[in-house]
Amino acid sequence: MPDKKQDLIDQTLQDLNNDGVDRRGFLQCMAWAGTGLVWTMSGGIPVSRAFAKGYGKDAGKGADFTFVQISDSHIGFNKPANPDVTATLQTAINKINAMPHKPDFIIHTGDLSQLSKPSEFDTLDQVLKGASAKQIFFVPGEHDMLSDNGEQFLQRYGKGTKGTGWSSFDHKGVHFVGLVNVANLKAGGMGSLGNEQLEWLENDLKGHSVSTPIVLFAHIPLWTIYPDWGWGTDDSEQALSYVKRFGSVTVLNGHIHQIMQKVEGKVSFHTAMSTAFPQPAPGTAPSAGPMKVPADQLQRVLGITDVNYVVSGRSLAVVDSPLGDAGASASGTAGAPLAVVDSIHG
Amino acid sequence: MLRKNMWVAGVATPVMIAMLLLFAVSPSVKASDQPSAANAAVKIDNFVFGPQTITVPVGTTVTWTNADDIPHTSVSTEGVFKSKVMDTDEKFSYTFTKAGTYPYYCTIHPKMTGKVVVQ
Repeated sequence: MPDKKQDLIDQTLQDLNNDGVDRRGFLQCMAWAGTGLVWTMSGGIPVSRAFAKGYGKDAGKGADFTFVQISDSHIGFNKPANPDVTATLQTAINKINAMPHKPDFIIHTGDLSQLSKPSEFDTLDQVLKGASAKQIFFVPGEHDMLSDNGEQFLQRYGKGTKGTGWSSFDHKGVHFVGLVNVANLKAGGMGSLGNEQLEWLENDLKGHSVSTPIVLFAHIPLWTIYPDWGWGTDDSEQALSYVKRFGSVTVLNGHIHQIMQKVEGKVSFHTAMSTAFPQPAPGTAPSAGPMKVPADQLQRVLGITDVNYVVSGRSLAVVDSPLGDAGASASGTAGAPLAVVDSIHG
Repeated sequence: MLRKNMWVAGVATPVMIAMLLLFAVSPSVKASDQPSAANAAVKIDNFVFGPQTITVPVGTTVTWTNADDIPHTSVSTEGVFKSKVMDTDEKFSYTFTKAGTYPYYCTIHPKMTGKVVVQ
């Protein structure tokens, strides 16, 4: 395991070198690597509190634009792992509203609701109404298409989308694609995009130059994290083959309620924390069910993902921050999430 | 009227005494514990259908109960039966009237699969 982590870091640093990032930028990126939650938790890489804090303060400074990813609100969930998911979503929105840099928009990567109930969607809408960013893009999670194959989701959140809710848009030179991998799932399988959507994706990307940064987002991870728990997408390879030619690809997912990241060539994969409840690390529990943590630690394992984009370097910086105060987290239990910063250079 | 009630009481009392005696002799026996050819249970726990394969005689009603904090479904891969979404502690029952093998899965978590064998 440690070797794998080291490889990942080496690979990341190698990429940075190839891209000719200046020394200051390089050091900053190293610091980011050092503060990576995933690496810290499973690879034993020392955490740099100073860098983490410093970055937090300056996050978004000099960025051409910023957007925020939130995920897995599970409005309607009321079990011991978090009896008040509406309150924690509200905390996430407050955190977004308090950012020194106002995000251009928010992306919600699915599982808005627990049971696809109209009242759950209503509550979600009510909370999201208070967000400073007025534009929110959604892709459904499996919990949002429970009873009606996602009809209600489409009506509420998928206006203008294709199929079961996939769509793309351009923002300040970056091409964003929202994909649906929770519809028509096959027995024994994982997430699935399906041929119709794959065909659409191939065509959608065709018109874009290789220098266009691409951001793909979907609910279930588009890379295989843990097949036993269905944490992957059966036909994601096909989708990823279409983005291979691009210089910078960022893949954002939810579903697993924890931060995981991987860099593979020019493609950087990243999963976000939930705003509702944490789930166990792969294979560390009998199942992927909600994980109960002491109440005072809940806000450390819930959070939001802030993505800063700098046009000049064509780079995206992905910053995960827990709902709880980062300083408080740093002084708490070892291994508690601080902030994950990952840089992607195109 | 009075006589009829007394007759009922006269018949009912020995029956009740007999029942009480029965329970006194074997206090652990309850109606729900009696093995029954007509009913079988599948418990959904930790994202697993248990037992994963259940073999039952024709005419058996199988009841699935969700013991997880997360909703699940039980849906025949061949379109034979389809539960609604079962939230925590919710149940779904289906009566199997024909012999055969019935594979099923959770449409929300398709890695969860099971089989009902009807003989």
